Amino acid sequence: MSQATETETTEGTGRIKSVSGPVVKAVDLDARMNDVVYVGDEGLMGEVIEIEGDVTTIQVYEETSGVAPQEPVENTGEPLSVDLGPGMLDAIYDGVQRPLDVLEEKMDSAFLDRGVDAPGIDLEKEWEFTPEVEVGDSVEAGDIVGVVPETVTIDHKVMVPPDYEGGVVESVEEGAFTVDDAVVTLENGEEISMRQEWPVREKRPTIEKRTPREPLVSGQRILDGLFPIAKGGTAAIPGPFGSGKTVTQHSLAKFADADIVVYVGCGERGNEMTEVIEDFPELEDPKNGNSLMARTSLIANTSNMPVAARESCVYTGITIAEYYRDMGYDVALMADSTSRWAEAMREISSRLEEMPGEEGYPAYLAARLAEFYERAGYFENLNGTEGSVSAIGAVSPPGGDFSEPVTQNTLRIVKTFWALDADLAERRHFPAINWNESYSLYQDQLDPWFKENVAEDWPERRQWAVDTLDEEGELQEIVQLVGKDALPEDQQLILEVARYLREGYLQQNAFIDVDMYCPPEKTYAILTTIQTFNDEAFDALDAGVPIEDITDIDAAPKLNRIATQEDWEAYVDELKSDITEQIRSLY
Amino acid sequence: MKEYQTITEVSGPLVFAEVDEPIGYDEMVEIETPSGETKRGQVLESEDGIVAIQVFEGTTGIDRNASVRFLGETLKMPVTEDLLGRVMDGSGNPIDGGPDIVPDERRDIVGAAINPYSREYPEDFIQTGVSAIDGMNTLVRGQKLPIFSGSGLPHNDLALQIARQATVPEEEGEGDDDESEFAVIFGAMGITQEEANEFMDDFERTGALERSVVFMNLADDPAVERTVTPRLALTTAEYLAFDKGYHVLVVLTDMTNYCEALREIGAAREEVPGRRGYPGYMYTDLAQLYERAGRLKDREGSVTQIPILTMPGDDDTHPIPDLTGYITEGQIMMDRPLHSQGIEPPVNVLPSLSRLMDDGIGEGLTRADHADVSDQMYAAYAEGEDLRDLVNIVGREALSERDNKYLDFADAFEEEFVEQGFDTNRTIDETVELGWDLLSTLPRTELNRVDEDLIEEHYREDAAASDAETEEVSAD
Repeated sequence: MSQATETETTEGTGRIKSVSGPVVKAVDLDARMNDVVYVGDEGLMGEVIEIEGDVTTIQVYEETSGVAPQEPVENTGEPLSVDLGPGMLDAIYDGVQRPLDVLEEKMDSAFLDRGVDAPGIDLEKEWEFTPEVEVGDSVEAGDIVGVVPETVTIDHKVMVPPDYEGGVVESVEEGAFTVDDAVVTLENGEEISMRQEWPVREKRPTIEKRTPREPLVSGQRILDGLFPIAKGGTAAIPGPFGSGKTVTQHSLAKFADADIVVYVGCGERGNEMTEVIEDFPELEDPKNGNSLMARTSLIANTSNMPVAARESCVYTGITIAEYYRDMGYDVALMADSTSRWAEAMREISSRLEEMPGEEGYPAYLAARLAEFYERAGYFENLNGTEGSVSAIGAVSPPGGDFSEPVTQNTLRIVKTFWALDADLAERRHFPAINWNESYSLYQDQLDPWFKENVAEDWPERRQWAVDTLDEEGELQEIVQLVGKDALPEDQQLILEVARYLREGYLQQNAFIDVDMYCPPEKTYAILTTIQTFNDEAFDALDAGVPIEDITDIDAAPKLNRIATQEDWEAYVDELKSDITEQIRSLY
Repeated sequence: MKEYQTITEVSGPLVFAEVDEPIGYDEMVEIETPSGETKRGQVLESEDGIVAIQVFEGTTGIDRNASVRFLGETLKMPVTEDLLGRVMDGSGNPIDGGPDIVPDERRDIVGAAINPYSREYPEDFIQTGVSAIDGMNTLVRGQKLPIFSGSGLPHNDLALQIARQATVPEEEGEGDDDESEFAVIFGAMGITQEEANEFMDDFERTGALERSVVFMNLADDPAVERTVTPRLALTTAEYLAFDKGYHVLVVLTDMTNYCEALREIGAAREEVPGRRGYPGYMYTDLAQLYERAGRLKDREGSVTQIPILTMPGDDDTHPIPDLTGYITEGQIMMDRPLHSQGIEPPVNVLPSLSRLMDDGIGEGLTRADHADVSDQMYAAYAEGEDLRDLVNIVGREALSERDNKYLDFADAFEEEFVEQGFDTNRTIDETVELGWDLLSTLPRTELNRVDEDLIEEHYREDAAASDAETEEVSAD
């Protein structure tokens, strides 16, 4: 929502009946459900969430200290909407799309004051518009009428708003314009500018949803290698605190091969958002070397910012994501954390004295989560382009217990599950994704892509890794009882190979430059090198070589160092031949 | 100011009164009992004609004839630099017999949220002199790092040690004198008089009181007041840090008592309870405290928080530590078995964590080898810990030479690295060197998390060699 709508006449004015934290009740207000209202003398932004007789209940997006009964409530007559147009990339917003940098300037303070509003996109700035239609062309809702270079990386496509009728183009402009200037006019009088508004709680229309067939390559070995997510897919990352949810989300935001990244910091730490704001402009987009911010839109509603705005921030995020999808881009949305969003729902619901469902969460929790994740997918857009929104939600289960309602309801919807594990985190195995519990239901539909683009035997290699790790899991249980040396030699060797898989393949250091991003080719190379060791070692074992001699070869510990090599291709080639040579020399 | 004698209901810490004018939410209230006592409170819910008031000093003595005055403003904290050296009660009234406080300014205690865009990312290393923290879970300026403890564990000693020893090592070439000063703010909620004395004695003994502001809500003070105390402390901290340029360390103890007070109020208001009876908004409420740590762009000072909480039943999945852990930037975990072994401080580094560590250490900040050493020690200690279970079953002889080395490492790690006593102050150099001493007892090839060049530079060959000899002897 923005000040851009300020000029509209207010639909009606009521007055406050009661105030309790973020929930305000008003009387004499003529409002529809979900209308945005301005509350009190200070004009705090709020949204209508319940109407009962003459009493309207409003959730207020700002702190309500000092607000008193009898103060006025103004209705804008519009639902909570976002401004869509050039300028959303390289921007940082709060939960209701107020740009935080503009707020800092307007408030002249490092602290967030109340009652200050700002438009979601700069209304003064002029953008260079190049039309792609001519006078006399016929356009329909959703069609692209021109482009604007928004950042070095992204061309912003200007589209006919989905709720327009469309028709024959009457006039077309070219050159520098502000977002509110009409750049294309239709014969039926409809004017198309670079700015659209869209209500956040409603999904933007498309033609159809398709089955995703391409992976969202993340540059994280355990994700690409074992549990891949598709472009247009959904994933959940649940984990107790300290297990690395945010680091994983950050890595995805940095390295995922999406065109656009929308990062929603929902009820999380202020310093984490600051880290993103400071780091991203300096990081390079792995695709083209430009600044990472050129493809990123940030939404930061930290845990101490008003709870109602936390409830709306995921919707703001996904609406922006859908808008770029409409242009034909692949968008990745990270929501960290969806639990905080669910808790915001719970808090508001309990202030409304609604009958609670499981663990105090409202009964509609499952429906809201499902609705949100359903907005992700691989789509054919109204204008015929194809685009995707991949949604990756972190979940913060209380006490790390995955049986709680938010985790469970999320798992029923998403198709990729990356389970973070406190035990792994404690021993500094990062990313602390548990390979026994995690899964991806996209594997089969993505295998053709990996076969074609990386290696023909990608699925078999992956299966070998999974089998070896499974076997290790079983053997470890026995080891806990009798010790490793009591096992037969071939099983000891499996443990050894699995150890290299864990340390050299699954572990990845997000803080070392060469290792933070791992292309699928390198992921594959590390895996095949470990498998080379495995195959050679078993051959030697069969030939009667004692296990100690095999595992003690000089080359073996180098398996753990492939990840950190600049020139990994040469290193892998040399290591493979060293391993073969050294093991074969034993018999 | 209008006075009302219209109280309709008194329930636990809450008072309901009828009013004929609009009263602001969160506004301050004074209630005078018939016996002449004045109690303060705050508007919890304001409706046309009736308000719910939460009374800080307890509702004892309030009857329907008590008079209610609405002050027309929200709760404010008088702030001034002169607060340094002063001791106050949990509501901010001086109790040290000193002069009245002449404030520079009166600040709303519900601080506005810091704009994430205006923050500066914390990355200045604070040397606490405690190896388990400096070496393994480094604290940086502007961080919020709680101590998760249990009843009967020496968390207070650790907090005092940190408050006493915390320094920022001088940066070379930048030793100008306009270094901002260091201040400690101590907010006590529901601690016993004895604990309070312990803190005050230490402050006085070390002369730390001069640069401290103390807020004391004791165990027998009203519980509702506990919800105000940390906000007074943090408002003072923000003023000193961001207006006066101090580096402020805020110690809050005990957050468990704070949360109990929240639950008490929630219950009195008949709210729908969340987990274990704590209110559903506890996450938001705690976040509004913890998030008031940090640094700002273009400002000198910083607010660093060390909240202390005792985990009921030593259970870190209890809502209080759980929600805290989700907000704070890590945690220092105290451990009962280590305590009974006599390790001081009994910090278990495995479940401990400092999220800001990676950016606060390394070349130019601490040492180039810090991160690798710390990682390797974590991995090695975790491995040694695992093997201990196995030893109980099969005995040490049944384990391989490699496993035995890890077991020895785990023992040495606890007894030499973590153990240091509450009075020893180790520099970061001493801590990291000690780390190398321990790592050198492991074979060189096991150090797979340390850069090869660093191993070359620091690995103590003789330690391993002498170790290897003894191993060989015993192996024969």
